[in-house]
Amino acid sequence: MSGDAASMASSAPAAEMLAVTKRYRQRTALDGVDLRVERGEVFGLLGPNGAGKTTAVKVLLGLTRPSAGQVRLLGEPAGEPRARRRVGYLPELFRYQRWLTGREVLRLHAQLEGIPRAAREEQIEEALAGSDLAGRADDRVAGYSKGMQQRLGMAVALVGRPLLVVLDEPTTALDPLGRHELRGVIRGLRERGTTVILNSHQLSEVEQVCDRVAILQLGKVLAVGRLDMLLARAGVRVRVTGAEQLRSALAVFGEVSVDDPWTVVHGASEAEVPRIVELLVRGGARVYGVEVVHASLEERFRDLVGAPR
Amino acid sequence: MSILVVVGLTLREGIRRRLMLALFGLSLVAVVITAWGYSQLSHLPPTSSGPVSTDDIHIITSLLLILVMFMFSFVLALSAVFAAAPSVAGELESGEALVMLARPVSRASVLLGKWLGLAIVIVTYAVVASLLEFGVAYAATGYWPPHPIQAVAYLAGEGLVLLSLALLLSTRMSAVAAGIVAMLLFGLAWLAGVVGGIGAAFGDATIGQAGTVGHLLLPTDGLWRGAIYAIEPTSVLIAGSAAGPRVAAFPFYAPGPPSFLYLAWCVAWVAGVVALAVFSFARRDV
Repeated sequence: MSGDAASMASSAPAAEMLAVTKRYRQRTALDGVDLRVERGEVFGLLGPNGAGKTTAVKVLLGLTRPSAGQVRLLGEPAGEPRARRRVGYLPELFRYQRWLTGREVLRLHAQLEGIPRAAREEQIEEALAGSDLAGRADDRVAGYSKGMQQRLGMAVALVGRPLLVVLDEPTTALDPLGRHELRGVIRGLRERGTTVILNSHQLSEVEQVCDRVAILQLGKVLAVGRLDMLLARAGVRVRVTGAEQLRSALAVFGEVSVDDPWTVVHGASEAEVPRIVELLVRGGARVYGVEVVHASLEERFRDLVGAPR
Repeated sequence: MSILVVVGLTLREGIRRRLMLALFGLSLVAVVITAWGYSQLSHLPPTSSGPVSTDDIHIITSLLLILVMFMFSFVLALSAVFAAAPSVAGELESGEALVMLARPVSRASVLLGKWLGLAIVIVTYAVVASLLEFGVAYAATGYWPPHPIQAVAYLAGEGLVLLSLALLLSTRMSAVAAGIVAMLLFGLAWLAGVVGGIGAAFGDATIGQAGTVGHLLLPTDGLWRGAIYAIEPTSVLIAGSAAGPRVAAFPFYAPGPPSFLYLAWCVAWVAGVVALAVFSFARRDV
């Protein structure tokens, strides 16, 4: 790789998908997905089961070939082995060679990663130390509990000091303490400037660690952005009578709907409350109450995916 | 580089999962039992035409050797198929492959590494088991096959053919299905060879062609016939050619070695099937 290409690659987004579609025989798993994950951010892929999150990640890692569209990983075309250099991956469903010890699994991945022999053992120790597995590193994986296998999985994802770590539903097998620890690990990665892509169907998980999220539903990106921006799509609710004629005038503040006895101006902010009230009162309506709504991501998510409240 | 890592992993799996132990341990038992059998040949009671000649003992020994080698070829086929079939399909099903393929390695190097690792096991088995068997036969009866190296090579080649086939199938089928299909094809190829021999014996060209087609489509039986020829003593070959064409119907007799062209075809067959397996695996979504 020439110097220019190398510097381009190091400044390129961590992951990029352009109009990516993945069709299986009967169904479309990804439908024109555009995504861009910047270096150093913790990016959440959020969606109900079957939304296409795992397929998106597999396409990024070159494990699955897209039917259409362009995919780049750390500036390289996904699917090329070199694009996966310094990328860590913890799949949702995984298994390590049961007849190897934890340390041997890490060594195997360090070798496949191409870590030079001189640095290998040190990086294996580093990954082991971070995983709390040190005491059982020389036991065969066959004897590990589900939680220990998950810890090993995390250590494997982190061996080789990756620039990008992809975690697919990493908390499924973890107890509350394990989840807490995992959040600590993700924050630690962010501090080091490592990019993290976190797949989850649980809002609370994404809400706590992610800088930006994309919401996926039936293979399409419904919304993408900073969490606070997505959260900001709240609104102002006014308990009002005699406002029927004023709805079109209210629409300048946002989409209007009636949720009796409330009239809701979606997307309006607290700053707009005096002007909304003024418009209503001048128009002859009677205002009994005003409420600023900060929709939680949960509600927003449900709104977007149309799940029952 | 990563191809060697996969070779090492495959060999270690064979050792850790006791494939090697089972293979070599049980084959050693077979060698010991047959050694006892050979040693009994020298105590055969005299027949009406006089005591059993050395020539007769050599013919009986060669026949026994062919039968033992037939068993080895079967063990080799079974091991090749049931080690190769899960090594791709099984790892894809269990999720073991997912984490490995997400590393900066090409699918080709993973598949070739597996092929090479299993090929080492197969060739080692063929060499060690055959030479031990030839050794005990020689020690007990003084019979040493005319072309021992070719015999071992054909036996190993048969294993490599099946290994390649099972790997190809396992890139697209489940481990169980790939194993069963490969074994069935192996059986069919052998049957086609026997049927072809019967065709040749009775001068039926159409039936005879069944054998030729079988030998080309899946060259296991063609190579096996080569191994038979390499073990047969000259006296059997002379008697065989004197007996007329009907002797071709006997499945444990081969009148001549495989042609150079046929051996070249076998090499091309293995290379082609492995290339196809790499192509198929590279395009497979995991």
